[in-house]
Amino acid sequence: MTYKFHWEVPLQDLPAFLWGALATLEISGLAVLIGLFIAIACALARLSKMAALRRIAGAYVEVIRNTPLLVQIFYVYFGLPAVGINLSAFTVAIIALTINCGAYCSEIIRAGIQSIHRGQTEAGLSLGMTPWQVFRYVILMPTLRVVWPPLASQFIATMLGSSVVSQISAEELTYAGMLLESRTYRTFEIFFAITIIYFTMSQVFSLASNLTGRRVFRQAWGQL
Amino acid sequence: MPEIFTAFTYKDVLFLLQGALVTIALCAMAISCGLPFALVIGLMRTAKRLRFLRWPAAVYVEIFRGTPLLMQLFIAYFGLSIIGLNLPRFVAVSMPLILYTGAYMGEFVRAGIEATHRGQREAGLSLGMTQYQLLRYVVAPTAVRVMIPPSVGFLVQLVKGTSLAYVVGYIELTRAGYIVSQSTYATMLVFTLVGAIYFGICYPLSLASQRLEFRLRRHA
Repeated sequence: MTYKFHWEVPLQDLPAFLWGALATLEISGLAVLIGLFIAIACALARLSKMAALRRIAGAYVEVIRNTPLLVQIFYVYFGLPAVGINLSAFTVAIIALTINCGAYCSEIIRAGIQSIHRGQTEAGLSLGMTPWQVFRYVILMPTLRVVWPPLASQFIATMLGSSVVSQISAEELTYAGMLLESRTYRTFEIFFAITIIYFTMSQVFSLASNLTGRRVFRQAWGQL
Repeated sequence: MPEIFTAFTYKDVLFLLQGALVTIALCAMAISCGLPFALVIGLMRTAKRLRFLRWPAAVYVEIFRGTPLLMQLFIAYFGLSIIGLNLPRFVAVSMPLILYTGAYMGEFVRAGIEATHRGQREAGLSLGMTQYQLLRYVVAPTAVRVMIPPSVGFLVQLVKGTSLAYVVGYIELTRAGYIVSQSTYATMLVFTLVGAIYFGICYPLSLASQRLEFRLRRHA
């Protein structure tokens, strides 16, 4: 092995990487947050009595879940200008990831809603709970409890997957690495450093969600 | 219009289908080499007597599940050339996919092995079965049944994952689509086609995975 490693290259650019990591969190955080609204609407549509609604929501979920994120990103990236909408790569990245995330989250939400048996609401009401109490203790908390671990892992998956948006030059962590790589050609060292940052973030969020799950929803360890 | 652009013809469709074949080949490579690897990881993670085998496998799984596949591709692809290995591109691109498969499927193997109830093991032992017989006739049948639905689901993830070989310039379905879209300018048409091909590969797998899971639950 004659290769000489230059670890000082990624170290010198650490501020840019940390800024990129923040941008990655911003993109994936927004995608999950907005995606959740789509997901709730979509889950309700899939459980509705109207067949047309069910079919549209079902098609959306299946199409997104069975095609690669990279292709979806290209589709939005090239598609929006074709219909006369010009947005920055960063916005396009958020839109594409939101659409992607909405489909995955909708399955999680649907499972959460379905986990509450109808009789439980009636049981709560017959025990003399107010409708608000029924919603708070019988519907909301148990649903959140079911939904929390998979939602947290979905957030981590989105965060890791968001590295793909570097391909349309949206400025986030991977893009920061590619930028430095094009100046220094130290591909291995740079991407190794970036991988460590991603790994740290995923571990921190995994731990945080486990802690919250335990504290707030009284879950056992290792749900993720 | 300058002549560098060509109209979108059936030849481009053929080119895309060729790309799809490469995508499938990458998946086949990742699964066939990743599965034995996953077995080793799963067995290491459930080791009883050789406890020290557990943590290297756990670290391996955590690393590959906790970092972007894109980064794994970059590092393996460029790392291989750094340690002086000059592999054919197909192999170099498959390498990270194999390691990725090993980590994910390793977890399914572990879940499968752990699905055997303790009482079943003890029953086997008290019947005088040897360790090998126990593994072969008690643990393996349950393990395989539990493993199959998520593994088929993982295939979908793998097919989608191969699209990332795009970034190192390897011509699979997504890269093929990109090339055609740049030369014909029929961008939307091309990416719709590319998406449709991926969907055609993945959707049956998704359905199969759901069915298998349903059947497993009904029997459980």
